[in-house]
Amino acid sequence: AGVRGCGGVWRRAWQHGAGGPGPSSCGQRAVTSNGRGGAVPVGKSGLAPWVAVVGLEIHAQISSNSKLFSGSQVQFAAPPNSLVSFFDASLPGTLPVLNRRCVEAAVMTGLALNCSINKKSLFDRKHYFYADLPAGYQITQQRVPIAVNGNLSYSLCTDNKMSQMVTKTVRIKQIQLEQDSGKSLHDDTRSQTLVDLNRAGVGLMEVVMEPDMCCGEEAAAAVRELQLILQTLGSSQAVMAEGQLRVDANVSVHHPGEPYGVRTEVKNINSIRFLAKAVDYEIQRQIEELENGGTILNETRAFDSKLGCTVPMRDKEGKQDYRFMPEPNLPPLILYDAKSLPANTNHQQVVNIDWIHERLPDLPSVKRAKLVEQYGILPEHSFTLLNEDGLTEFFENVVKQTQMKPKKVIGWILNILLSHLKQHSLTVKESPVTSVLMADLLNLVEKKEISSTAAKQVLAELWKGEGKTPLEIVKEKKLELIQDQKELEEICQAVIDGQENEVIMMVLG
Amino acid sequence: QAVTVEVLDRLEQLALVDFRDAEGVERLREAIRFADQLREVDTEGVEPMDSVLEDRCLYLREDDVTEGNCTNELLKNAREKVEEYFVAPPGNIPLPKLEERETFLKGS
Repeated sequence: AGVRGCGGVWRRAWQHGAGGPGPSSCGQRAVTSNGRGGAVPVGKSGLAPWVAVVGLEIHAQISSNSKLFSGSQVQFAAPPNSLVSFFDASLPGTLPVLNRRCVEAAVMTGLALNCSINKKSLFDRKHYFYADLPAGYQITQQRVPIAVNGNLSYSLCTDNKMSQMVTKTVRIKQIQLEQDSGKSLHDDTRSQTLVDLNRAGVGLMEVVMEPDMCCGEEAAAAVRELQLILQTLGSSQAVMAEGQLRVDANVSVHHPGEPYGVRTEVKNINSIRFLAKAVDYEIQRQIEELENGGTILNETRAFDSKLGCTVPMRDKEGKQDYRFMPEPNLPPLILYDAKSLPANTNHQQVVNIDWIHERLPDLPSVKRAKLVEQYGILPEHSFTLLNEDGLTEFFENVVKQTQMKPKKVIGWILNILLSHLKQHSLTVKESPVTSVLMADLLNLVEKKEISSTAAKQVLAELWKGEGKTPLEIVKEKKLELIQDQKELEEICQAVIDGQENEVIMMVLG
Repeated sequence: QAVTVEVLDRLEQLALVDFRDAEGVERLREAIRFADQLREVDTEGVEPMDSVLEDRCLYLREDDVTEGNCTNELLKNAREKVEEYFVAPPGNIPLPKLEERETFLKGS
């Protein structure tokens, strides 16, 4: 159910001006699907439909103690230029020395994304001038990167209620190791740029995705899944707000059957939500431009989150020529597996792909499947559980401590607890209601000592964090379900007695 | 293949070099002629070598923090600084176009 077959049609409103104030001014556009099941925005009535093509370039900062080619520390927010070695500052006479942990992180990520790991990969120099790139070049892997030809599966809900999910796949072209640049702070008042090199030389994994996506929602879902995978592996903490995960989108539109259109690159996307908006805005902008007889420039645009639109970035000086050349100071990176491992090797000097493979943790997709199997919950429930940091653990702890069946517990966790958390903008870890308290409360419901409605009241009380137990609150507010049959009869009789007219009306039909 | 003014202009922009005078340009042409001798070698079926280090072992370092914390030393080299930041011009200043800059190439 919910899987779109070839030629299947589904309609979805394509909203224009996402992020702008008030409802969309240009109305909504109906959307049909193309042969691959992708969303196909239908243009103005009478005009041919459009297909959007979205590719992503993602830079994930490697989670390591020290940098890719030097021993300076990797840390967010430190005094300017305090985490910088002579090599990072590109002082003459310094040389790059590769960090093994960064290699392992890239191999783990490549394996998790079903890539072929290149047993021999090479380093190159990519030249361009910018104040935060002191060497005048970035060491990257342009010719032969460490991993190629993988794929990433992600899921989308076809309606807003998350009751129908579709699995899609995006191909991973390659993963390469490269250096991060420093940070530039633009001081426009004094017409200068302040440069902090703390970030210069930090290890990055660039994940290049093929243009298999067709809208903002797909791009966002793919990046979300990649983020979860990276966090599960520990190869990157992938927090977008701290710049540990950066996404650039390449967007173009064309009519089905015609060649791909000119693409633009969209940068300055700071969250997954903005990624969806930026991509959708750009698709819409390109469609409108072309339908009005204009052309699309092959340019770089920045996403303005306040206005919800993309704007051209400062003019780049003509077409860049990066003058790629092999990095002369680094021999090829050789990786081994169980078969090719030479005898009598120093373990510290060797990266064994098979060894890493054996130690990969359960990926999100596996975790979800296990949750569904173990607890009998729905697939969409498992998505929500994994999407909220700490929620799975919370859920499992409650299940362990309560007699209520997991299938019922999940409703309480996802509908009630989660909405409380969202309302108060709290993370699971910050929840005033612990899993112990939650379990106690659910036990009262399960034993029919209180009703569900009463339980919700108790939860609201528990949320205040005054240290009372569920039982104490129940007694305090007299929320116990009356179990005595005679007492119940007396109450019902009193109600009937008090409402004689209504009773007569009901009896008469 | 002649080394045209367009090519020289592009090189000046990309690498921020200044060919300065006829002698500079001639030196470039000489260098190209010298390098072109490589074409005389038949490399059919031979795997290209990309580095004289290709048979060496790439040393892998442990992920320990061993460097950094030398802000003052690094800033000693800076002509201008603001607190502990290096100071640079606001963004890249594009090299003026051929017609507008002071370059020997204009006269070529």
